[in-house]
Amino acid sequence: MSSQPIIFDRKLIRARQQRAARLEPSGFLLDRVAEDFADRLAVVLRRFDVALDLGTPGDAIRLALAASGKVGTIVAADSVIVDEEALPFGNGTLDLVASGLALHSVNDLPGTLVQIRRALKPDGLFQAALFGGDTLTELREAFAVAETEIEGGISPRVAPFADIRDMGALLQRAGFALPVTDVDGVTVRYGSPVGLLHDLRRMGATNALVARRRTPLRRRTLARMLEVYAERFADADGRVRATFEIVWLSGWAPHESQQQPLAPGSARTRLADALGTAERSAGEKPGE
Amino acid sequence: MTSSGNVDPKLLEILVCPMTKGPLEYDAGRQELISRAAKLAYPIRDGIPIMLPEEARRLD
Repeated sequence: MSSQPIIFDRKLIRARQQRAARLEPSGFLLDRVAEDFADRLAVVLRRFDVALDLGTPGDAIRLALAASGKVGTIVAADSVIVDEEALPFGNGTLDLVASGLALHSVNDLPGTLVQIRRALKPDGLFQAALFGGDTLTELREAFAVAETEIEGGISPRVAPFADIRDMGALLQRAGFALPVTDVDGVTVRYGSPVGLLHDLRRMGATNALVARRRTPLRRRTLARMLEVYAERFADADGRVRATFEIVWLSGWAPHESQQQPLAPGSARTRLADALGTAERSAGEKPGE
Repeated sequence: MTSSGNVDPKLLEILVCPMTKGPLEYDAGRQELISRAAKLAYPIRDGIPIMLPEEARRLD
């Protein structure tokens, strides 16, 4: 775990989240995630004795867990404060781990996933949403152009987000059974890019990269960034676009009751029968 | 899980030291969770255990 590069200032992220909670919170993405989470939980036909809400800002996921009627005890930020990178839960103690828009800012996602899988009981469920791939790609580009022009070089402004394909592989490597990933692409339109910056602040999502420029953002750089953003990413009506890619991850702690792949060659039904067609040998063409 | 100053006993059952994953001792008087292996005492504030090593008190 110690070989992982430290990308995110975890302490700063916690401070930003606390500040965001004091401001008028901007929760539209979290609300969307919580609604989606409730739908996903609704199709799981079992109860969960102990559920953990891991790192979700605000209480949207906690409320969705409570409303599901499927959960006994809910452990969330109002019951224990944890760092997603160093979980304080014993092996096999949790039935469900849910997380909304938090895990994109851990330094060691593989390590966190392994810890989650170990904390789950056999047949326990992990269900999380996090920002991935192209999230804030417009902001990244606009900052890069502005900083290059005005400061003579770029600094990290927008976090690196993992690709969905990598995340599927990580789930598998962490030992989850039946891993599933899918993406919910969201395009938000703002009257001006300033609206986006305000929203990010109220989401507690402003820059917490360890390698961030430690001097305050210069007015000229900011002004140029806003200009570039409006030039490149405006729709015909003048409103600007911001891309958010919400990646959903789910996996189960392995259990013998789960579906297992059959051994190759052990099929008992012919594919041709299932398809309702006649079986032909390779190379033989229909009508011959 | 609780609004009083006491930690939920069910939570205490599942918590371990985040550094060592070893057992914790509950010191009700000092309101701390003690990890002997990590030599750290995690504070409990308003009934909420703060399981962050940087917030923990070092034990000698």
